[in-house]
Amino acid sequence: MNQPVYMDYQATTPLDERVLDVMLPFLREKFGNAASRNHAYGWEAEKAVDEAREQIAALIGAKAKEVVFTSGATESNNLAIKGVAEMYQEKGKHILTTPIEHKAVIDPCKRLEKDGYDVEYLEVDKFGQVSAEQVRNAIREDTILVSIMAANNEVGTLAPLAEIGAVCHEKGVLFHTDAAQAVGKIPVDVEAMQIDLLSISGHKVYGPKGIGALYVRRRNPRVRLVAQMDGGGHERGMRSGTLPVASIVGLGEACRLAGLEMKEEGARLTGLRDRLHQKITSELDEVYLNGHPDQRLPGNLNLSFAYVEGEALMMGIDDVAVSSGSACTSASLEPSYVLRGLGVGDDLAHTSIRFGLGRETTEKEVDFVADRVVGAVKRLREMSPLYEMAKEGVDLNEVRWNPVAD
Amino acid sequence: MAYSDKVIEHYNNPRNIGSLDKEDPQVGTGVVGAPECGDVMRLQIRVNEEGVIEDAKFKTFGCGSAIASSSLATEWVKGKTVDQALEIRNTDIVKELALPPVKVHCSVLAEDAIKAALSDLNAKKEQPAAQQ
Repeated sequence: MNQPVYMDYQATTPLDERVLDVMLPFLREKFGNAASRNHAYGWEAEKAVDEAREQIAALIGAKAKEVVFTSGATESNNLAIKGVAEMYQEKGKHILTTPIEHKAVIDPCKRLEKDGYDVEYLEVDKFGQVSAEQVRNAIREDTILVSIMAANNEVGTLAPLAEIGAVCHEKGVLFHTDAAQAVGKIPVDVEAMQIDLLSISGHKVYGPKGIGALYVRRRNPRVRLVAQMDGGGHERGMRSGTLPVASIVGLGEACRLAGLEMKEEGARLTGLRDRLHQKITSELDEVYLNGHPDQRLPGNLNLSFAYVEGEALMMGIDDVAVSSGSACTSASLEPSYVLRGLGVGDDLAHTSIRFGLGRETTEKEVDFVADRVVGAVKRLREMSPLYEMAKEGVDLNEVRWNPVAD
Repeated sequence: MAYSDKVIEHYNNPRNIGSLDKEDPQVGTGVVGAPECGDVMRLQIRVNEEGVIEDAKFKTFGCGSAIASSSLATEWVKGKTVDQALEIRNTDIVKELALPPVKVHCSVLAEDAIKAALSDLNAKKEQPAAQQ
């Protein structure tokens, strides 16, 4: 068992050895530029890129030509949102999204708001979901884009993509989804779900960092974008820059493997996640699940351990790599805006831990982590004044606290 | 963020965890912070007839630095007179634990907890009847 045990797969995943193997020749002898049309080095690179495009398209039910390579999901989200906003501004400036999107969606939206766009953040329910009805009711004449993430990175909640896609198409509004966490983990089909733009990240699917893709629908409707990176006109003019062939080949292979293994791996991870959850809750009281009980990513478990601050808990399980929604782990000193969006109180947000399970997670690791967490929470509760008060029957909501001004 | 060795040491071996009887007229209790802010510190002291802090206990909900700051505070106040304890500054705690700027508020909380415990004790002395 590697230590510390890695349980932060929503942050990033290790590069699969099989992916590395297909990449290496393109970092060595196959160094050609895919845009070199007149010699064998270029043809070799172009062929490899085309194959990768096919592999990525196959995983999401798209056509190869609809895949645009980018540096990652952040860039894909920026290109989709800003590119659509700029292209369709004559039609309108109204954009729908949610308050629990990744910052790579929120921040481009904030930028557009400064430029005079009207961005509406649909409220999510306590599980982190927006309904198709909410989207339907919010769409206006001047709505040009709906952007709703496929799976939340913190709490793992899945969106009802097909229902939302159907509403968007019925209303003639483009539908973008940030699927960085979903692609390769759960079935995603741009046709069945009527998705127009979809962001993919390489390093979330056991591919390399620094590579991603944006699916851009070419038919029914044909989506047009204003490029956000000008230059040599690569990627049908939507994203200039010499293609990083090795990374692209890696992303292609990563998608191929994910497609092959998704069903089996999803079931295995769901089992391990439930085992971890069950082991922890059988030993500890007042542990709360954040996110949806079953509409969630197989490898995500987000728990709040009442009366124990998240960073202190992570310090107590320093042989486990996880992340927390506690303010203390962020630069802003604010607790997770995602948990806040779900209506989780700041007191419980400070106690949250995200466990991310993935391809190399074993049952042995799950049992080890459960033991460590239970031990650390018990120890920290013994030194928590809140736990003592709660056990004495004090209603913590009724206490007058004395917060310290920094 | 990496923790200093002293923070880790206090976190792993906190001094003086526990409770004193808050009804005891010689015991002062200070509770500072709020659950929504991610830290609540309770510091208690027992002061003898000579005005010396005989015992100190704490319980803290908060990050490792908050736990270490309160642990250190109890260690420092023990054996000091009330006046000496009031001279402990949060900057002393920052220095001793090598706290980074984002954790300075943990030390502020610890200083405030000492002061809150002492003022609780003073309030008890001024109103002995009301306490009984």
